[in-house]
Amino acid sequence: MKAIAAALKELFGLFVDDGSLAAGILALVAVLAALVHFGKIGATLATGLLVAGLVIVLAETVRRSARGRRD
Amino acid sequence: MVIAVDALPAVSAAFLASFVEFVEAFTIVLAAASVAGWRAALTGAATGLAVLVVLVAGLGPLILLVPIHALQLGIGVLLLLFGMRWLRKAILRRAGLVALHDETHTFDEETRAITRQALASQRTTAAIAGITACKGVVLEGLEVVFIVLAIGSGKGLILPASLGALAAGGLVVILGLIVHKPLTRVPENALKLLVGVMLTAFGAFWVGEGLGADWPGGDLMILALAALFLALALALAQAVRPRRTASEVEP
Repeated sequence: MKAIAAALKELFGLFVDDGSLAAGILALVAVLAALVHFGKIGATLATGLLVAGLVIVLAETVRRSARGRRD
Repeated sequence: MVIAVDALPAVSAAFLASFVEFVEAFTIVLAAASVAGWRAALTGAATGLAVLVVLVAGLGPLILLVPIHALQLGIGVLLLLFGMRWLRKAILRRAGLVALHDETHTFDEETRAITRQALASQRTTAAIAGITACKGVVLEGLEVVFIVLAIGSGKGLILPASLGALAAGGLVVILGLIVHKPLTRVPENALKLLVGVMLTAFGAFWVGEGLGADWPGGDLMILALAALFLALALALAQAVRPRRTASEVEP
């Protein structure tokens, strides 16, 4: 049981080590998928917003991590 | 020829990403061998490989049952989580804010851990070394399996992606047999930056396809996305690099 829990923890760690990075990606994709699903925006606009959003999420996470390490 | 060109990004991404994982698995198996001999280490590694084969044979066909858009969206999100996690760390390493990955350090750590566990438990050193090698192969191997499935499944390129990963594994084994010590001269941190860029580009591409968009330029857009994320990563590393004060600058 302990081994399975450890393996699952390792598996989770493959995808998440900075919570805000993971949360930012998931929130961005969820919002865009919902907007496309309910016909509020087209898929092409959604991909543009996706790329812009990913750039912002990465830049903000790196900036915050860097500030935390320098302080 | 068209198929070969289409498959090139998938093959190269799978090769580079798997190469990094195989180097890490090799280091762990080598540490196990140095403590308890090759027999225990290779038995553990072979057991780990068998576990992986069972997992892939069992779970692999299930992927084919998922509708393509849902699969692209799901795999895309996982690739973004996986790739951007690597990318963030690689940027911080490049900026000098996180210690560079060092296989010699990993090798020493694993060797010490096996010896410590063998002393603390009733098991023999060979058993602990075998379990360590098995665990290392399963965990690093799972990453390789995920990378191959994630990169290859969106457009039916699992076979070319698998060949890329197999070539990486073969190269690491050959290099390992030649040098017989951790592969420290591999530019692992540069590779991780590149792999993070590629996985993030694939992830963004699959999520876009999963949302129902047609990317301009088709699959070539993966390369454009990779160029964008590479430029962003290099700019971010430069931007967050600590400035040297006047007293730290050599006269």
